[in-house]
Amino acid sequence: MKALDFDWKPLLLAPILAAVALPLTGSFSTWLTLTVAGLAMGMIIFIIASGLTLVFGLMDVLNFGHGVFIALGAFVASSVLGLMGDWTGSQELWRNLVAVFPAMLVAMAVAGAVGLAFERFIVRPVYGQHLKQILITMGGMIIGEELIKVIWGPAQVPLPLPEALRGSLLIGDAAISKYRLLAVAVGVLVFGLLAWTLGRTKIGLLIRAGVQDREMVESLGYRIGRLFVGVFVVGSALAGLGGVMWGLFQQNLVPQMGAQVNVLIFIVIIIGGLGSTGGALIGALLVGLMTNYIGFLLPTLTQFASILLMVAVLLWRPQGVYPVANR
Amino acid sequence: MFLKRLLSNDTPRSRLLALLLVVLFIALAFAPFIFPGVKALSVAAKILVFVVLVASFDLLLGYTGIVSFAHTMFFGIGAYGIAISASRLGPSWGAVLLGLGAALAISLVLSFAIGLFSLRVRAIFFAMITLAVASAFQTLASQLSDFTGGEDGLTFKLPELISPSFEFSEEPFLGVSLDGRLLCYYMLFVAAVVLLLALLRIVNSPFGRVLQAIRENEFRAEAIGYRVVVYRTTAAVLSALFATLAGAMLAIWLRYNGPDTSLSFEIMIDVLLIVVIGGMGTMYGAAIGAVLFVLAQSYLQDLLRVGSEAASGLPWLSALLSPDRWLLWLGLLFVLSVYYFPTGIVGKLRARAAR
Repeated sequence: MKALDFDWKPLLLAPILAAVALPLTGSFSTWLTLTVAGLAMGMIIFIIASGLTLVFGLMDVLNFGHGVFIALGAFVASSVLGLMGDWTGSQELWRNLVAVFPAMLVAMAVAGAVGLAFERFIVRPVYGQHLKQILITMGGMIIGEELIKVIWGPAQVPLPLPEALRGSLLIGDAAISKYRLLAVAVGVLVFGLLAWTLGRTKIGLLIRAGVQDREMVESLGYRIGRLFVGVFVVGSALAGLGGVMWGLFQQNLVPQMGAQVNVLIFIVIIIGGLGSTGGALIGALLVGLMTNYIGFLLPTLTQFASILLMVAVLLWRPQGVYPVANR
Repeated sequence: MFLKRLLSNDTPRSRLLALLLVVLFIALAFAPFIFPGVKALSVAAKILVFVVLVASFDLLLGYTGIVSFAHTMFFGIGAYGIAISASRLGPSWGAVLLGLGAALAISLVLSFAIGLFSLRVRAIFFAMITLAVASAFQTLASQLSDFTGGEDGLTFKLPELISPSFEFSEEPFLGVSLDGRLLCYYMLFVAAVVLLLALLRIVNSPFGRVLQAIRENEFRAEAIGYRVVVYRTTAAVLSALFATLAGAMLAIWLRYNGPDTSLSFEIMIDVLLIVVIGGMGTMYGAAIGAVLFVLAQSYLQDLLRVGSEAASGLPWLSALLSPDRWLLWLGLLFVLSVYYFPTGIVGKLRARAAR
């Protein structure tokens, strides 16, 4: 992608949406609260969706079972945080973060490991066959969801926020919840790491080359198959991380949470152009902002807002904002 | 041959399959007499509804190669059509027909709109967009509680003739009381048979052949001169209409409808499981799969309970065998069947017969 012909129009979508919402919400402080909340929600959705869009964009695998890794990450984190009650109950921020980060790491590790098995047993036999991918990963999701019920029980599991992350900061009249700031920070970090890895490192170069011409890269002596398995594992681990963030956001876990989030992340990656990390970020921010604005202005329409958004974007660009060109 | 014409020349092509279908037909036709009891009759009625629902979905998935997740939406529209109309206008045949007609009209418009909008895009887009639309519709149904009864759903009355309190004769016939419930069952039975035969007719018509051509190679079908979008949209609309009829059958049998009964995503997953296990691209597969699945759903749990109690010494095994985990085993079966029997039971039987 050369700097000159960079397609900048989609970048304006989120600011335009925010600008349109400003007069509608009435007061600036309300608007600021909603906007930060929307950005935070968007960042969490982005973390979840980035794994899915990576796997699709690079490996051409459509994983309808992605939701399972979200739920898995969240449930693992609830167990880890449950063990660290002394740290989460503390009033000091650094102690809370010391509790949350290991929980995230363990959740990512478990989700990644399960992702490895999922790729081997569920996805590998159906490379190149979209219809079967949809069906079999759906089956994988059913199995995963039921196993979660076996391990953690079918009932709801509470996942309270650590003490110091509760409540909000006041900026002027606008209340900004502390956890949302953390979510934005983690999201920016993930996006930065992804963009850097894909765009600036040798592994990223190999992955992009493998997508373009797999045989050529393999004849140079690199094992693309292994690299792609790695992509799948990273995608699953990101879903696990997103699951932790989402779980802390909802503060309540159900085994079906993955399937519930699925709809949102599909909307996000469709808006993004199926496979583009940057597109997924834009899609996630749009969905997050839209949900919060509409949730405030017309609460009954909340569920439809993101779908209408998707329809509008697809009318503008039928392949999503950043279509992945070679498909 | 009359029978061959009736089956639109699409015979079972496997002796075992033919035998299974005949047994199935006879069992369903005489279900009230062979399997007495309220639960058995309800299971049989559920099988009839699912045969139609799954067959209509197979028209889309198996014959046209389109993955849609909005199929339960049309199922729900059919069920709500009957429910809303009967609860507002009272128990008359006119209300039932009006509800059915309105539901069919809504399904027609909606499926046409979804079809036109999204069938131009790639298969994956369609799957995801329908998933989103279906979830929005489900929310709509539970939010419009003045109209749909919200989460509680609607309980309603139907004409006297098909209600359990109506008795044709004082004397029971072969040990079964001749009441409206029985008549209602046979209404569903006739409807299911007629609809299944109609679907067989559709998939074996020139139109159906074009659908299969599109499934096999979209590009070539377009190159020969078939307007792929037109055919796909028509298939989507037809499939939606048949699903609406199945929904109406469900509501007529249950006299109740709510979001969980006809709209939930679990039903959509059930339908997917049935189509794959029975055999995609065969209407017989839909029938066989529906029977197996509904029987498993209704009786596998009892079986698992026995296993779970037997394994009570090993807590983890007992948890895996708990009756609530029956979907886990079905999920495993599903994955294994995509792995090893991609053509489903019917495809397997036919391949065996052809050898």
